[in-house]
Amino acid sequence: MSAATATTSRTVSVPERRPKKYDWALTRTYIAAVIILAWCLAPFYWMVVTAFRDVGYTFDPTFFFTHVTMDNFRTVFDTSLGNHFAQNLLNSFIVAGVTTVVALLVGVFAAYALARLNFRFKFAVMGFILGASMFPGVALVTPLFQLFTNIGWMGTYQALIIPDISFALPLTVYTLTSFFREMPWELEESARIDGCTQGQAFRKVILPLAAPATFTTAILAFISAWNEFLIASQLSSDQTKTVTVAIASFAGSQPHVEPYTAVMAAGTIVTIPLVVLVLVFQRKIVAGLTAGAVK
Amino acid sequence: MSTEVPARTRAKAAPKSPRQMPGRESADRKLVTQGRWASVLLLPTLILLAVVIIYPVVNAIIMSFQNDAGLSSSGFFVQGGFAGVDNYVHWLAQQCNGVSCPPGTLGSQFWGAMATTFLFTVATVVLETVLGFWMAIIMARSFRGRSVIRAAVLVPWAIPTAVTAKLWFFIFAFQGIANTLFNTHILWTGSEWPARWAIIISDTWKTTPFMALLILAGLQLIPDEVYEAAKVDGASSFQRFTQITLPLVRPALMVAILFRVLDALRMYDLPAIMTQGANNTTTLSILVVDQIRQGFNSAAALSTITFLVIFIVAFIFVRFLGANAVGAATSSGKK
Repeated sequence: MSAATATTSRTVSVPERRPKKYDWALTRTYIAAVIILAWCLAPFYWMVVTAFRDVGYTFDPTFFFTHVTMDNFRTVFDTSLGNHFAQNLLNSFIVAGVTTVVALLVGVFAAYALARLNFRFKFAVMGFILGASMFPGVALVTPLFQLFTNIGWMGTYQALIIPDISFALPLTVYTLTSFFREMPWELEESARIDGCTQGQAFRKVILPLAAPATFTTAILAFISAWNEFLIASQLSSDQTKTVTVAIASFAGSQPHVEPYTAVMAAGTIVTIPLVVLVLVFQRKIVAGLTAGAVK
Repeated sequence: MSTEVPARTRAKAAPKSPRQMPGRESADRKLVTQGRWASVLLLPTLILLAVVIIYPVVNAIIMSFQNDAGLSSSGFFVQGGFAGVDNYVHWLAQQCNGVSCPPGTLGSQFWGAMATTFLFTVATVVLETVLGFWMAIIMARSFRGRSVIRAAVLVPWAIPTAVTAKLWFFIFAFQGIANTLFNTHILWTGSEWPARWAIIISDTWKTTPFMALLILAGLQLIPDEVYEAAKVDGASSFQRFTQITLPLVRPALMVAILFRVLDALRMYDLPAIMTQGANNTTTLSILVVDQIRQGFNSAAALSTITFLVIFIVAFIFVRFLGANAVGAATSSGKK
């Protein structure tokens, strides 16, 4: 939020005098901008180009789209080689979706308390939640591997969702807390004074204010769970394998030959929705990502 | 729908108008009611975190003091049962059944994995901080198309690490674009240092944007007037950077570095997918995962060690380097 306001204020303030001579500083800025753009996008672009390229031209270094084909995408969803990519996509949606919903339903209360109420141990609780978000997943995998084996949960969805909560919930609480803190809660009071009922004040004032924040937090939690690899690679079975695990061990038609183009196609399928989501909600996501880190 | 509760709780927490309970007494009572509400609201989160984190960790610590039943590496059958600190000695001293672990066994890789983990951490975090700072400074300037850059840096961040690993594995393939572009013939993922560099470069690509955005957020908190005043006083651009930008952005920078260091210390996805830990790219996390199928309890000891290492590093950062993540997160001004 503060990032967005700072952005606009600074954009407005600068072009006050007409430069008479050529603006070298601006040129240097543009050169740097192009370098950043290339560094961030070129590998991603290369993945998409390769995904659409005929398998015979896998290592063709041509920069543009050449030998365009949809075959790789057909290979990705082909089950004859032992890949079940559609099932993996569904698994990822279930695991990441349920994780996000649980984290939000539980975390929203905690975030409200941390943002709005004064109480003892607030500092300690926040420290605990932050510490939890930095917790190494590998320290959970070992005991959970044994526990889930003993109670027969290996290869179930809950065996993936429960450990995912360990990072999604702290992330949710952390992000929501800083969003909630910046919300103008006085408006609720004002609405009451202006004659709104409690319910109207909530519906017409608080909900519209809190919805974008909650939605952004949901995106962040979903992406983090969708991208998870370590836990899923250890605690999933063939039936519950998620896309990240599937892509890491994608089977080609010949053993020992990496099916690069098919893997790039699979990567494109998994990535494009995230990239679109991120570009559409760019501002909000940046605010959510940096929330709390600066104050 | 889930956000409905805050409004309701708020109504219950402060139902009376302040006029009815004036002065200190009302403030005290307000604190007590708020405290009660806070504990009710926090309880679900704390219970859930206890179940998903504290229970497994306690479990792992208990397991780490047990023997793994089964055949030992010297061929004797070993009973389970209390092992004392044997599992820890096994890793820290690289001892297998009283002698030092033979090369190639997991037991002989502990200190190597530790060194690799710290090498990756230092290399990636230094690169990401320098590059991220530079990107942040560029993004803080005002120019047409700045929002395009800000959107573009989110792309590497949004790509799953597993996909990033496969993508860079392809880029660094022997016939891949990296060798073609630079006209080299390096077996990137096939030998020690190229493999390490491939992993470091991939990680830097993936996480520099996060760093840049955190630093950018810190930069934007510095008021323009400070720079203008310094300019009037005749400070050079280098002086402005070292005397104003660096000290003022330091809190945000330290938090960003802390986040990245803790994240890098648990690095798993990139090396696990790109090299499977071959050519001395095994990190602590990979070693734990490799050990799980060879013996839970020994793996539990190793994961506890990993956890402690990360905890100690975090402690050093917060205590001695002033990375105040909690202070930044709670607005109460407790510093």
